[in-house]
Amino acid sequence: MLTSGIILLAGSLLEPNPGLIFWTAVTFVIVLLILKKVAWGPILGALDEREKGIQSSIDRAHQAKDESEAILLKNKQLLAKADAESDRIIREGKDYAEKLRADFTDKAQAEAKKMIASAKDEIEQEKRRALDVLRNEVADLAVKGAEKIIKTALDADMQKKIVDSMIQDLSTKRN
Amino acid sequence: MKRLSVTRSKAIFKVFAVLLPLLLSGYGLAAASAERSSGASGNMAVTPAVEAVHGGAEAAPEEEKAGDVIMHHILDNHVFAFEPFGSVELPRLSVPAAVPVLGGMDISITKHVVMLWLVSALLLIVFSVVGLKYKTLTARQAPKGLANAIEALVEFVRLDVAKSNIGHGYEKHLPYLLTVFFFILFCNLLGLIPYGATATGNVNVTLTLSIFTFFVTQIAAFKAHGVKGYLQHLTAGTHWSLWIIMVPIEIIGQFTKPFALTVRLFANMTAGHIIILSLIFISFILKSYVVAATVSVPFAIFIYLLELFVAFLQAFVFTMLSALFIGLATAHSGNDEHEAAVAHH
Repeated sequence: MLTSGIILLAGSLLEPNPGLIFWTAVTFVIVLLILKKVAWGPILGALDEREKGIQSSIDRAHQAKDESEAILLKNKQLLAKADAESDRIIREGKDYAEKLRADFTDKAQAEAKKMIASAKDEIEQEKRRALDVLRNEVADLAVKGAEKIIKTALDADMQKKIVDSMIQDLSTKRN
Repeated sequence: MKRLSVTRSKAIFKVFAVLLPLLLSGYGLAAASAERSSGASGNMAVTPAVEAVHGGAEAAPEEEKAGDVIMHHILDNHVFAFEPFGSVELPRLSVPAAVPVLGGMDISITKHVVMLWLVSALLLIVFSVVGLKYKTLTARQAPKGLANAIEALVEFVRLDVAKSNIGHGYEKHLPYLLTVFFFILFCNLLGLIPYGATATGNVNVTLTLSIFTFFVTQIAAFKAHGVKGYLQHLTAGTHWSLWIIMVPIEIIGQFTKPFALTVRLFANMTAGHIIILSLIFISFILKSYVVAATVSVPFAIFIYLLELFVAFLQAFVFTMLSALFIGLATAHSGNDEHEAAVAHH
């Protein structure tokens, strides 16, 4: 049957040729086996290796990115914390300074008041002493005047004049 | 075998060194009729292929002759012709009758067998060079030149053809798919070189390649599903009462796939060459330089460029469909409708 088929189709495009089939099969199998050993092994191995390398590089890059993001976040947090800390310190400093200032003013005012009070006291004392001195002086003068009056006749007019002049005297002297 | 053909070809070349002036003079169109008789007298050495070309060139008006020349060019032959320089008579061999089964089979080294061997030699040279480069290449180095060019194709077959169609376990089938791809590609391309012949334009070659795909597919199916799963696959998951229809359809489907592969590749490669030759012969038939310059040559060049594309396309399609069939055979249930859709393809 095969032979009759070959004769039927001989010379046409579909001419069967067992020899060619045989050679194709043999050639193809040999080429396949050799190439598998010589070419496909190394090439596919290299491609696989490179693919894995690329994958691991990508993984590593992603990991590095995650890590750096975490570090960045941490840094930001630290910075915010430091900011808050410095704010707090400044505020505290200001408060302290304010308090200190208030304290100082209070103290100074108290001191001044005290000084004023002591000054007033002193003035009062001085005044009293001065008055005492004046009183003694006045008494002395009065005594002296009386002496004078007594010495110069006990004339009422005279006496009056004398007292008046004395008082005049006194007032001018006091002033 | 090759050595035999080489020693033979030397003897034939000596004969042609003597006959060359005669052949060259016989090539002119003007001296056609005068030379025909002398060509016939020297028929002992002049090969059928050369004679056929003479016939085509000289007796152009007879369209039958042109058709004969084209067919002669397309079909397999026992002679490797290098017109007008001569031709090589290829050895005719047959399996010794003592060998069982194959006894007496004609296994002559034909033109297409020589082309297959040329392709194989080229493949082996190119890929051993590339393979060697890859052996010395570390993972951090990028491939250059030839290795880079081949890598692009290998990567394409690996990812876009094998991985996307077969899926899990595609690595096992990669050597077969890659070899088929480059084998067909080189066959197609060598067929476009002057004096070359397209081995993939011969139905026997494409049939053999599809039979390989068939076996690879069947073995993959058996391995993936086991005998029980394989038989279940044949019923396409239908009710048992439909099995009498479904099982034959599925079995036929198993064979239509490689048949489609065979015919697709063979027909595509043959058709392109027939078109190119026909376009060239238009000018001989019409005996017009104007036609040659305005129609034959430009259109032939266009078809030639198209053929270059088709060479890649058909290699891709064959590999792609092989991968698809393997993928369908190994895929787990639930893909039956998809398979039916593809079988129509």
